[in-house]
This record gives sequence, C-alpha cells and structure tokens, in this order.
Amino acid sequence: MRPSLRTSLFLAPATAWLLCMLVLPLVVVLVFSFGTRGAAGGYVPALSLENYANLGARWAAFQNTLVLAPLGTLTCLIIAWPLAYFLAIKADPRWRTLLLILVIVPFWTSILIRSYAWIQILGGNGLPSLIAELGMGKPRLINTPFAVMVGIVYGYLPLMVFPIYVALEKLDKKLLEASSDLGSPPFRTFLQVSLPLSLSGVATGSMLVFILLMGEFLIPQILGGGKVFFVGNALVDLFLQSRNWPFGAAVAATLVLVMLVTVTLYLRAMKRLSGGRDDVALM
Amino acid sequence: MAKRFMQSQPIAELREVTKRYGLVTATSGLNLAIQPGEFLSFLGPSGCGKTTALRMLAGFEQATEGAVLIDGQNVNGVPPYLRPVNMVFQQYALFPHLDVARNVAYGLNQRRPKPAKAEVAAAVDRALEMVRLSGFGPRRIWEMSGGQQQRVALARAIINRPKILLLDEPMAALDKKLRHDMQIELKSLQRELGITFVLVTHDQEEALSMSDRICIMGQGRIVQTGTPEDLYDRPQSRYVADFVGRSNFIKAEVAGREGDLLAAKAGGSVIKARGGEGLAQGSAVTLSLRPEEIRLAPAGEGLPVTVTHRIFLGEHTEYHLQSKALGTLVAVVPRGSEAAGALAPGAEVVAQWRDGAALALQAE
Repeated sequence: MRPSLRTSLFLAPATAWLLCMLVLPLVVVLVFSFGTRGAAGGYVPALSLENYANLGARWAAFQNTLVLAPLGTLTCLIIAWPLAYFLAIKADPRWRTLLLILVIVPFWTSILIRSYAWIQILGGNGLPSLIAELGMGKPRLINTPFAVMVGIVYGYLPLMVFPIYVALEKLDKKLLEASSDLGSPPFRTFLQVSLPLSLSGVATGSMLVFILLMGEFLIPQILGGGKVFFVGNALVDLFLQSRNWPFGAAVAATLVLVMLVTVTLYLRAMKRLSGGRDDVALM
Repeated sequence: MAKRFMQSQPIAELREVTKRYGLVTATSGLNLAIQPGEFLSFLGPSGCGKTTALRMLAGFEQATEGAVLIDGQNVNGVPPYLRPVNMVFQQYALFPHLDVARNVAYGLNQRRPKPAKAEVAAAVDRALEMVRLSGFGPRRIWEMSGGQQQRVALARAIINRPKILLLDEPMAALDKKLRHDMQIELKSLQRELGITFVLVTHDQEEALSMSDRICIMGQGRIVQTGTPEDLYDRPQSRYVADFVGRSNFIKAEVAGREGDLLAAKAGGSVIKARGGEGLAQGSAVTLSLRPEEIRLAPAGEGLPVTVTHRIFLGEHTEYHLQSKALGTLVAVVPRGSEAAGALAPGAEVVAQWRDGAALALQAE
C-alpha cells in the first residue's frame, strides 16, 4: 500500500466525523439563517436577510456574553495563575499529586448539581443573611451578574489551572535561580521569567475557558435566574420554546463569527508576546 | 604560587560552615579563605558537599551554622540578588525566551536606576567580544551549540563584574576536545578580568590545569587545600593521593629512618620513602608510589614483576604488573623510552624506582 493511501485511510474516520458533525451542521445553520419561520414554527426555505436585521432584538444576550465571557476568563486566569504556580513550584512534591486531584474533584459531580448548591449559598438564607448578621445590610446576590461570575469561575477554574500548571512545571527552576543570581528580586523574576515562560499555558487555558464560556447557558440559567442570560440561553429559547429556527440559526452563525474574530485576535496577540520575538520580557 | 595572595584580606571566607538538610549533613565545619584574584577549585566526588559550598557562596543555600563572609561582610541571610557574586550554571540556565544579547544584558538591566540603553548595548558587545561571540547578539539560544551556549552563560555572568565568579561544573556538558580549549580560555579570561574564580568540579584534570589552589573535599569536609603541585607531590592522605592523579598503594611497616627518608618493609624488601616523620618503628604505614615513577628494566636490581596487561594510550603506555611480594602495581611508561612497546603480557621484568619516589602516608 502506498504511504499516501495509508495516511488517507487512517485519517478517514476523523474526516468523516468532522464532515458529519461540524461542517454539515454549520452549513445547515447557515442555510436556515436565511430562511423564514413557518406558521407553527420550524423552517421555511427562503432567501432573506430579515433574521440578521433582527439581531438587535437579542442584543442583551450578546452584550452579557461579550462582557461576562472575557471577564470570567480573566478572573479565572488571575485566580488560576498563583494556584498553578504554587502547585508546580512551591508545593511539596509529596503532596503535589493529592493537591492536583483536589483541583479536579469537583468534576466528579455534575455541574448542574454544583450550580444548585450555589443557589443555596448565594440565596436569601445563605451568604446574604450571614452578612446581615454582621450588620452590613442584606445584599441580593442570587440572580445577579455577580452570581453568574461566581458560578463561571467555580466551574471553569480547573480548565485554566492545568495548562498553566503544565507550562510552569516544565519551567527549569535553575532559571529562577539564574535570575536571582543576576540581581533580580522575586517580583521582577516573576515578571521577567516565570510569566513570559508560562504564556503558552495561559494562552491554552484562556482559549479553553473563553470558547466554552461563549456557549455557556446552564450557569446563567440557574444562577442568573433568567435575568442574566447569555447567547446560549437565547438559542435554547429560540430553538426549543419559540421555535423560531431561522432566527436562532442567525444568532448562532453570528456567535460563531464573533468567536472566530476574537480568538484570532487573541492568538495573534499571544504570538506577539511569546512567539520567538525579542520583546517578550514584560519589563 | 599561592603565596602571593596571602597578604591581602580574603575576598570570601567560610568560617566553621555547616549545612544540614534535616538529618543529612551536607557540609560540616568548613574553614576556608579565598584570596582576591585567585582561581580556586572545589574538587571531590559527587555528594562530597562541594556544590553546597558553592551554593552557600551564591546565596541559594544558607549555612545552618557558621558564617559566610564576602569582602569582609557577613552575608548569612543575604539573598542571591543582593550578593556581589555571579554564577555560571551547570546546564547554563540561559533564558529561552530572550535572545543572546538580552541574556547577556540581563544582569545590567536589573540595576536600579536602570542604566542607559546605549550603555547596556556597549557592555553587551564588550562581553560578547570577550567570549569570542561578537555579532551573535540577535541569535536565539536554541540556535547556539553547547560550547557557544557556555560562552553566553560566561558573558552573562561577567557583565556585572562580580567580586567572585562561581562556576558549577561548567564543562560537564562539553566534549573532551572542547573542554580542553575552554579550560585554557577560562584561565586567560580570569587573568584578563582579574576576578576571583571559584570552580566546582569532579574532574581532577580540570582542577589541576586551571586552579591556583584546589580544595579537596570528601564526605562534607575539606580534606586538604593546596596548589596543584602541592597536592600531587605531598598528599596528606590516601584519599587525596587517590583523587589527585593515580597512585599505587603499598602496605608496609616502619623499619627505621635513613637520613631524610623512611625505611619501610614491604613484602620482604625495604622501600625508602619521603615523609612519615614521627612514625614509630614497627608501626603500619601506607606508601604511595605514582605510576610514572616506576621504570621497567629487562633485568637487574629491583622488584621482579610479571606484565599482566599492556594498555596503549598514545603518548604513554600503561602496564599492569603482578608482583609476588607487593601484589598488583600500575606503571606508566612514556612513549619512546626503551621498554615501551616491547613488553607483551606474560613478560618477566624488573620494576625500579629511585629512593624517595614513594611517599609515606598515615595507614588507614
């Protein structure tokens, strides 16, 4: 068998999968997005831009997604980096495996159940009444953007921790000593050595979290109480409740486009920061 | 040679320095004065505490007991970034995200206030020129060969003009030929800069060829300190005689003194050895006899031996000899001397050496 033929054979299942599960559905979504809604819902073939002209009706969902997804990613990053640094460099190697397992333990329970737990914590009888006990008024936490953020960070943190952990784990500890030896105090060593050399992990983790957050619908549904909804919630509504498939398809197509643009811009920025260029040290 | 350093104040001192990790003692009771401008090596097998000693000078480790002084100042507890010393790491530890010039400039860029860009660039050029890497500034680290990376590490470590340059097995990763060239270069660089160099190595040849003084370590202690010639000619223990160069060790018994020399009985014959002052008649003694002191003759006076192995090593030939009286001996014969090349295993010859060639050591 010729090598090229063999290669094609090996690649065939993956190609077929991608074709059936990604390319075809995307084409269907694109085609639907130019159609019109039938009288009883569903799809009637047409060639109209009406759905796209109508996108403004769902502007709030886009706004929430485009603010909370990047903000959630950033918050995850800010919390995950020191944690990953601790796990990779500071933690006693004997405890490292156990600590790493602790990071993924929450994944053993469904995100649905964990989010319901947060309802109890953030709801009227939870944290707010504790704060009231301390005499600082009774804030409303549940069904706010704050609650959604808490859920997001809680749910997605491990996805950010692991890539950064891997990048920092590969970091040669001698480099930190070399930096110190050459006169750099710890904080500057962090800025000039640890941070730039962890950027590959930061890029991977941010991508993972950001892409998943852009499609998130469960956490806003449960902790946002229908007040803080994402594009994902709009899609659930359009496809399952109001059965306006063409409009839903237009929203979905727009989301894919927005994601493509932001991810490309982000990756290009990361490449500028870490990829073979000299101006990496954030001095 | 070391004497010319002795007058001035030491650039660094270890005073009764002990380092313990939990129950493990890495070094104990180190006492050493390092003189300004000298090239000093810590020599010893792995695990002897030499790297710990170096890391305590750098500040990566703190002494459990005793004091480390640099330039007369007690630096116990002072972090590495505040110490006027720089280090060349074993695997170089160059920053992979910075190019060669930025690696070299790193030390200067840590100064506050930050020096001017033009000033840094000029200093980087000078440092790269010193290690013969002019024009390599924009290269990436991974584009450099092992030898070149080592030069970059060297340039990076000297740019701040440290009071002491610490070198942690800097040539372990280089091949033999390159290592030899680098030894010569390192020595001339040291003369040019006038900086004190402190080297850690397990390679006796490296220590012998570059050092003004060598500090031999074993099991966390300093065993003997001296010039290379000193250590080679007058080792005070079997450990040193074995570690610096090679030697034949002969168990003997003190028979008496003959002038400056000690007469020792071994295997029925009497060997006249240097040293051994104060040893009582009848006490046990170990004699050290360097392989190059032994000459092989077809016949005549001397120790009858049988050749068991002949190992040709180019400039000299090594013979393994079996003697009924003294057991196994090793002799090294330079190429061109009459016996070389002539003796096959099984040959019966006579081993000779002059009086005083052997050195008496304390029996262990």
